[in-house]
Amino acid sequence: MADMTAYGAELPANRKRIRPGLILTWTVLLLGGLLMVTPLLYMFSTSLKSAGQVYDLRLIPLAPSFDNYIKVLSDGRFMRWFANSTLVATTVTLSNVFFDSLVGYTLAKFEFRGRYFIFLAILSTLMIPTEMLVIPWYLMSSQLGWLDSYWGIMFPGMMTAFGTFLMKQFFETVPDDFLEAARIDGLNEFEIWWKVAMPLVMPAISALAIFTFLGNWTAFFWPLIVTTSKELYTLPVGLSSFAVEQSIQWEMIMTGAALATIPTLVVFLVLQRFIVRGVMLAGLKG
Amino acid sequence: MRKGFLLASLVAGVSFMALSSAQAVEIEYWQYVFETRVNAMDQLIANFEKANPDITVKQVTFPYADYQTKVIASQAGGNGPDVLQFFYGWLDKFQQGGVLQPLDSAMFPTDAIEADFFPIVSAIKRDGAYYGLPTAVRSLALFYNKKLLDEAGVQPPTTLDELIDVATKTTKTDGGGNITSEGLTMDMAGQDHQWWREVLVRQMGGEPYDADGNVAYDSDAGLKALNFYTDLQTVHKVGLTGFMDEGQAAFKAGLAAMTIDGTFRLGAFRPISDFEWGVVELPANAEGVRSNYASYFANGIGSSATGEKKAAAEKFLAYISSAEAMQVWLDVVGELPARREAALTEANLADPIFAPFLKGLEYAHTTTFVDEAAQRQGAIDMVNRVLLENQDPKASLDQAAAAEQAIIDAAKK
Amino acid sequence: MSNIPDIDAKGATRKGRTGFVLTQSGRKVIWAWSFLALPIVFYSWIRFYPTLSAFWISFTDWDLLRPATFVGIANYQKLFADPIFWKVFGNTFAYLIIGTPISLLLSFTIAYFLDRVTFMHSFLRALYFLPFLTTAAAMAWVWRWFYQPIPIGVINGILSNLHIPAQQFLRSPAQALPSIMVTGIWAGLGFQIIIFMAGLRAIPSTYYEAARIDGLGEWAILRKITLPLLKPTTVFLVVFSSIGFLRIFDQVYNMTSNDPGGPLNSTKPLVMMIYQTAFSSFDMGYAAAQTVVLFMILLAVSLGQLFVLRNR
Repeated sequence: MADMTAYGAELPANRKRIRPGLILTWTVLLLGGLLMVTPLLYMFSTSLKSAGQVYDLRLIPLAPSFDNYIKVLSDGRFMRWFANSTLVATTVTLSNVFFDSLVGYTLAKFEFRGRYFIFLAILSTLMIPTEMLVIPWYLMSSQLGWLDSYWGIMFPGMMTAFGTFLMKQFFETVPDDFLEAARIDGLNEFEIWWKVAMPLVMPAISALAIFTFLGNWTAFFWPLIVTTSKELYTLPVGLSSFAVEQSIQWEMIMTGAALATIPTLVVFLVLQRFIVRGVMLAGLKG
Repeated sequence: MRKGFLLASLVAGVSFMALSSAQAVEIEYWQYVFETRVNAMDQLIANFEKANPDITVKQVTFPYADYQTKVIASQAGGNGPDVLQFFYGWLDKFQQGGVLQPLDSAMFPTDAIEADFFPIVSAIKRDGAYYGLPTAVRSLALFYNKKLLDEAGVQPPTTLDELIDVATKTTKTDGGGNITSEGLTMDMAGQDHQWWREVLVRQMGGEPYDADGNVAYDSDAGLKALNFYTDLQTVHKVGLTGFMDEGQAAFKAGLAAMTIDGTFRLGAFRPISDFEWGVVELPANAEGVRSNYASYFANGIGSSATGEKKAAAEKFLAYISSAEAMQVWLDVVGELPARREAALTEANLADPIFAPFLKGLEYAHTTTFVDEAAQRQGAIDMVNRVLLENQDPKASLDQAAAAEQAIIDAAKK
Repeated sequence: MSNIPDIDAKGATRKGRTGFVLTQSGRKVIWAWSFLALPIVFYSWIRFYPTLSAFWISFTDWDLLRPATFVGIANYQKLFADPIFWKVFGNTFAYLIIGTPISLLLSFTIAYFLDRVTFMHSFLRALYFLPFLTTAAAMAWVWRWFYQPIPIGVINGILSNLHIPAQQFLRSPAQALPSIMVTGIWAGLGFQIIIFMAGLRAIPSTYYEAARIDGLGEWAILRKITLPLLKPTTVFLVVFSSIGFLRIFDQVYNMTSNDPGGPLNSTKPLVMMIYQTAFSSFDMGYAAAQTVVLFMILLAVSLGQLFVLRNR
């Protein structure tokens, strides 16, 4: 606790008042934070237990082993689902970064009749819940043979109004002079967008990318409906079917859940600052 | 140029393959994914193709949850299967949707079917015509944990009274009165709703449905059956719905002395190594009346099969509903043969596990479901209202009957 | 769309330097529409057409098998006469009306204090934020296990050690919905905390200094400066969280898979009813009518947000 006071003393004026209350606050926040991660801790702990030890509720397993992981991973299904989720989330993210930026930029920086109408039309789709579209999408997919395909999982999310709106907000902050200078240098409009404007809004792009990726990585409802063969399941859908199939063998289910959670946790631990800033940006501007 | 050449040869190759296979009739067989069923069908297809070199059968499978959707969607798209597996309870939906065609009575004589198969096969007969034939059937029995029964010094029950007695003696509780090991699992979402509907209601002297398929369990017998079931938890305290999440999970973990389940659970229970388990017929009532619930998946011929495809489909259907195919199915999947002669062999009747299920088939009933999930939900809710909301059993029974009748009426429309 | 010939005309005037200004803007217009071409196709085909289609299907009896016939408002009549719908409707709003205030209050309190703590700040923040990164479908199974009865459930195990009677949680019509709601709050809390902290940071510190010079206490500063200035952030989070709770599905689907929608439909939200009607009973027309109702509810919530923002 001595450390804490020393650290606190270097703070800017309005945030640094050290009072005994702060130590209490810190302790309560720590306990609350630990409570928040308890489900994760239990999940990992149980994934390291054998079937017989599951009933023993201690957090640190008596004889931790990776047997469950080996069992779950051995038939290759999880790897497949992992690959599917990665492919789907990456493709959709790239598409969003490209199209949402392009549309956002066009709406922010071009003058033409109908601009406001297009903007409102796109914005209005924010009001349409996915759930309302799934039945027509399902019908459309079955007619076009998109059911049970990667494209079928991805097509609804290739562009989003949220991303377009976010990018428009950011492109509006880009000074016109920069673009005009590039125009005089003889760049065409596409090049101006791609080479000049895009690098200026990198923070917004990373925020959009993080949001889109996370949203698609954890998406459940539509992939559940559109995929039918196990080979095409995404990780959340695969996990759900795996859990039902395991007929309530909790140690196996926890192993599956842990496998679905580990990738995002690792990415977060590596890119924590970046992700938190991205979420803040998207939340404030969006 | 090279690309073009490659493409051309690819096209040539593909069309050549198409040509060569055109000489044999190819038919598609659809079923849902279940490893042992798929393996058994692979074997049957291999046998069939050996005997009929001019026919090839392509097996197409889908996950169970999507199977009906797939069949229905393919029907809409006009590229349905030639032979397909379907749960008997889906027949009305599939028949009305034009997915199936009735079997030709010259090839599959009605009296021969009725003489050779167990009587439950009549559930897939409509207006005098059969719409399919089962390979295997499934029935219910009482599974018991030998270790727990021995510890309590009791024998597996043969009557309902004994069932309560044995369950009471094998139930374990902790200091707080919480059940730590059940006497009998209680899981309406599992097989208990079938046990209640087709077994308990009949044993209490009633009928679950009348001859027209309308709900008839809103009777004294139905009430007695409901009370019998809920008393297990509220009066005898031998089970708890939701214990270990699912009844079969509790039994598998060695935390339930008895559970009622079907032949299809044998595969899940076989790997149990912590204790020995056995199977007995479902308990009889005091007068010795027994009943059972049997169900099956049948194989039918898709409506799009015509001409030589139809002929090939009929041949294939005849083979997969033959006694030989049933033996393969029993060996690989563990489901009981649908023909009496194939089922009631000396070997099968001497088998301590198969025998109780086979005996059950002789007096088994089927329920003609119109929407199995919704009707099951009605039974689950009926019990939950009594157990969780303390609703009067009679009121809950009447409410369930009305709700189920509404589902039946909606389907008849 | 009527502008297209217009553009062509402008584009065609491009001749030498005299027409440069006109030409450039004409060219820019062509660029703009070519940038927008694919997105316009996408939004029309994947967003607007299906929306209209959903309305249309809701007036038919389409069931995948037989061709759809127009049935007027029969699906809506059936829906409003269905006691299960009203139960589900109530559940949906229960998630919203109880879940949103609790999660906002919690996240604001945590953000407010977390913002002042600097010792191991990013570690603490990470603890709160981690659940937001998990997959709801996966964590639902963890929570489901937590809520099990004795001898397997973690929470009941702890209660039993404290000599508190075991609770039914997911098996109880009264407790099942709050039990699922907790998991929803848990998963969304990290995001809300981060957004609140961003909002708090955006308030210029001069405001606080001025307030202190005026002799305002902590509580007065919170009430008179922090909360009013946080209003846009709060409104955003209220809407974001409300929509999240209105559309709750993943947790319910996975936590009550053996009695879908909980005992006696006690946890079933509207989205779950839509899913079951459409993809288990294949009653597409009826399901479409339910989606239209969901649309109306979300529309009302969103318009409410606009209204509040206008009055700022």
